[in-house]
Amino acid sequence: MRTILFIIEKEFKQIFRDKMMLPIIFAIPVIQLLILSYTATFEVKNINLGILNIDQSQQSSELINKFKGSTFFNLKAYSTNIKDLEVMLKREKISQIIYIPNNFGKNLSSGNSSEIQIITDAVNGSSANLMSYYAISIIMSYNSNIIAKINPNIANYGINSSYQYWYNQELDYKRYMVPGILVLLVTMIGAFLSGMNIVREKEIGTIEQINVTPIKKYEFIIGKLSPFWIIAMFDLIVGLLLSRFVFNIEIQGNIFLIFSVSAIYLLSVLGLGLLISTVSDTQQQAMFIAWFFMVIFIMLSGLFTPVESIPQWAKIINYINPIKYFIKFMRQVMLKGSNIFDVYNEIVVIVVYSIATLSLAFWRYRKVS
Amino acid sequence: METVVEVKNLVKKFGNFVANDNLTFEVKKGEIFGFLGANGAGKTTAIKILCGLSTPTSGELNIAGFNIYTEREKIKKNIGYMSQKFSLYDDLTIAENIKFYGGIYGLSLKKIKEKTIKYIEALNLEQYTKKMVAELPLGIKQKLAFMVSVIHEPKIVFLDEPTSGVDPITRRQFWDMIYNEANKGTTIFVTTHYMDEAEYCNRISIMVDGKIEALDTPANLKKTFNSNNMENVFIQLARKATRID
Amino acid sequence: MKDFIIKEFKQIFRDYRSMVILFGIPIAQVLLFGFALTMDLNDVHFAVLDKSKDEYSKKIVDKINSSDYFILDQNLNSESEITKIFEKGIVKEVIVFESNFTENFIKKGTANLQIIADASDPNTANMLVNYTKAIVDNFQQTIVTENSLKGIVIPQIEFKYNSELKSVFMFVPGIITIILMLVSAMMTSISIAREKELGTMEILLVSPIKPIQIIVGKVLPYVLLSFINFMVILILSFWVFGMPMDGNMFLLLVEAVLYIVMSLALGIFISTVSNSQQTAMLLSMFALLLPTILLSGFIFPIENMPQILQILSNIMPSKWFIIIVKSIMLKQGSFIDVWKETLILISFTVFFIVLSIKKFKIRL
Repeated sequence: MRTILFIIEKEFKQIFRDKMMLPIIFAIPVIQLLILSYTATFEVKNINLGILNIDQSQQSSELINKFKGSTFFNLKAYSTNIKDLEVMLKREKISQIIYIPNNFGKNLSSGNSSEIQIITDAVNGSSANLMSYYAISIIMSYNSNIIAKINPNIANYGINSSYQYWYNQELDYKRYMVPGILVLLVTMIGAFLSGMNIVREKEIGTIEQINVTPIKKYEFIIGKLSPFWIIAMFDLIVGLLLSRFVFNIEIQGNIFLIFSVSAIYLLSVLGLGLLISTVSDTQQQAMFIAWFFMVIFIMLSGLFTPVESIPQWAKIINYINPIKYFIKFMRQVMLKGSNIFDVYNEIVVIVVYSIATLSLAFWRYRKVS
Repeated sequence: METVVEVKNLVKKFGNFVANDNLTFEVKKGEIFGFLGANGAGKTTAIKILCGLSTPTSGELNIAGFNIYTEREKIKKNIGYMSQKFSLYDDLTIAENIKFYGGIYGLSLKKIKEKTIKYIEALNLEQYTKKMVAELPLGIKQKLAFMVSVIHEPKIVFLDEPTSGVDPITRRQFWDMIYNEANKGTTIFVTTHYMDEAEYCNRISIMVDGKIEALDTPANLKKTFNSNNMENVFIQLARKATRID
Repeated sequence: MKDFIIKEFKQIFRDYRSMVILFGIPIAQVLLFGFALTMDLNDVHFAVLDKSKDEYSKKIVDKINSSDYFILDQNLNSESEITKIFEKGIVKEVIVFESNFTENFIKKGTANLQIIADASDPNTANMLVNYTKAIVDNFQQTIVTENSLKGIVIPQIEFKYNSELKSVFMFVPGIITIILMLVSAMMTSISIAREKELGTMEILLVSPIKPIQIIVGKVLPYVLLSFINFMVILILSFWVFGMPMDGNMFLLLVEAVLYIVMSLALGIFISTVSNSQQTAMLLSMFALLLPTILLSGFIFPIENMPQILQILSNIMPSKWFIIIVKSIMLKQGSFIDVWKETLILISFTVFFIVLSIKKFKIRL
């Protein structure tokens, strides 16, 4: 125990001796949490719209007025020349073109159907889907007006679909992002710091000096990991305070549950870092391996994209993604107030993960080559 | 005299490469034992095995009376090691380094404090106490590393080329420190490639291509090889070497 | 100078483990993300609380269930079950039909249904509600138009630049950008910090080589490495993911070299402000990774962000490169379409180089 304290003391001294470390460990996470939590929104609003009106009839201006009146659309360009609008679409000045062809009004007034074209910039497929849905609903409401004129009885029919967003009534995206980004930040801090640490002693050569001492493996590993565990826990607590007092996210579930599972989760992250550290020869290698896993784990964590829809083989890879489980746990408990039984699965995985990575790292770290 | 290092038929292979070929030797308590050889002769490999940093392929080894296969951790309490690579932490001060190593060897805080004061006085380091080790001159760093390697008063200390890259005056002072330590009864096991240093040893062994080609006192060796200095002895033996570094 | 560059090349290429990592990692990531990442929702579990169980309600549930987006998880019997099922976290949406749904629709003219979404993931919730509404609207429209199909406007949908709405079209430019950026910035910053840490930098500095030559020598191998990486990713995205390659490929390559040089300059800058490999790495990964993903338009459209973040996103070089890559690869953009972004990247490069040289000199 005494030996462990000596290692912890030394690690802390070394960490904070580097002038850059303090801001990296404490300021960068806070700034990132504060800024990046605002970035994530798929909400499509203020769609920049271009209208190509060849028709110039009364009906076409009625339709255009409907678009103008919608809060989703922002009529940015109006032209009779397709070339102009295509260039704008290409340069992302507008995202959608409504093309009203010749004879549009004439067809409608003679009781025939008339076609219009909705051209959407679909590089971002899911936004494109929403944008075209918004445009179609405006056209449908325009159609209802037409039908109402012809046959007042039918137009009364309608299914009134109301909707509710539970746990986040105003679709406040920050509520969703804050717990997720917080998880990513503490994970990265923990994994990178522990991943670089032992390999650093290898590279400098001090590891040999430690290996000739009678120090026990477990003393060394506990002593090495504790400082990072403390730092990451500290960051987590700061993050939770920020989310409570800056983002106004009240923790719905049990705070002790959050702390105890976070404590275990961080062990798994540190174990992973330590494992990387023991299998690499140089810090550069350790860093690339850590980077490789981090990027994959982060992208597949479910924070940015819905992980339910990834292909089966990727889901299998994702079974070993600790970040995914912890983000789910944090969201469930923080936002929905889930109790220990609701998130039982996630907790079990996190516990197993910690035991596995720590024992692997323990086994891989050798005092004797 | 008590035997503190006992090596019988030590072999270390890396794949097909035989780094240590059947080494057999003994070191007595309080002896200064020089381990000589050209670069690549296998000195560092052997010293790492003796310190328990690496496992031998075969052979019987007892260090400080303990078996190297079964009592490795007991051995570690009784030995000190100063590696070829500088092994103090550059980003800690002198006192912090001493405290750390003293701490993991289980010294009491009082004892650590005493040692710190003693070392700083002995090496005239008063002006450097606030500075990081990185800022010390190389010679002082090496002396400090030696002090730290014997902080727990081990029975044997292994020094792997402790004086490489240091000026002659510092080397001389370094050897004074070694003698001091040996006078206290500590066994010194030192590798070097400075032949003048070989003369300071009680006994020396000369390794060529992984084998011990000669083992005796400097005086006897000079007699056997019929020369008046160690340099000459070494060159005669080293000429046999076929390994290229 | 020549010898120095050769030394750098040798050091990098000799370490085969690092080489495997350097080339293997980007390829593995491109393949993984290209196949796995998708914005689309499919097979999202939903539950139904149907108080009428009549013709229309059943038809609507069938319609929803048969779409790719949804899969029916279970039927609920009471409102109290909704909370429980959401807390488990599998079901993301519950649809509630009032009693006598069909009858109300036919006799009264309106029928009510309620869509309840688990908005702890607001992005998914938003999309789910919109998809459901679209299906319901569509159903209503078919009933209405069964009676009168004439005289209405029929919209035709065209999705330009990505007619199949493949997510990969959006992700590939982003992945290229993020990999080039991080790998280049990281590699240079670490390699310079390493020389500092191991003390070999001092030897270089006392040699007659000028600082600028040291930097060029350090950077040149990585320009080549990153360029090879870029080519490999490009070939993969063409062969494996069917990204269109109709744009001006020469222009794309030139822009890529520019972006690589910019990232390397950033890496040099990072190394001048850090004392150890550890800080260099933390700066180039921990500080850069998330902003590069989130503020560059890689995943989340910048137009939708708060004004202040839209302004902030301008200092992310990756944002500009993503625009360039998308424009050239997907929209057949020419230099006229991307000259502004190109100019911005050049300015970033110059900025980082000047800053590094200044820092570098002060240290000497």
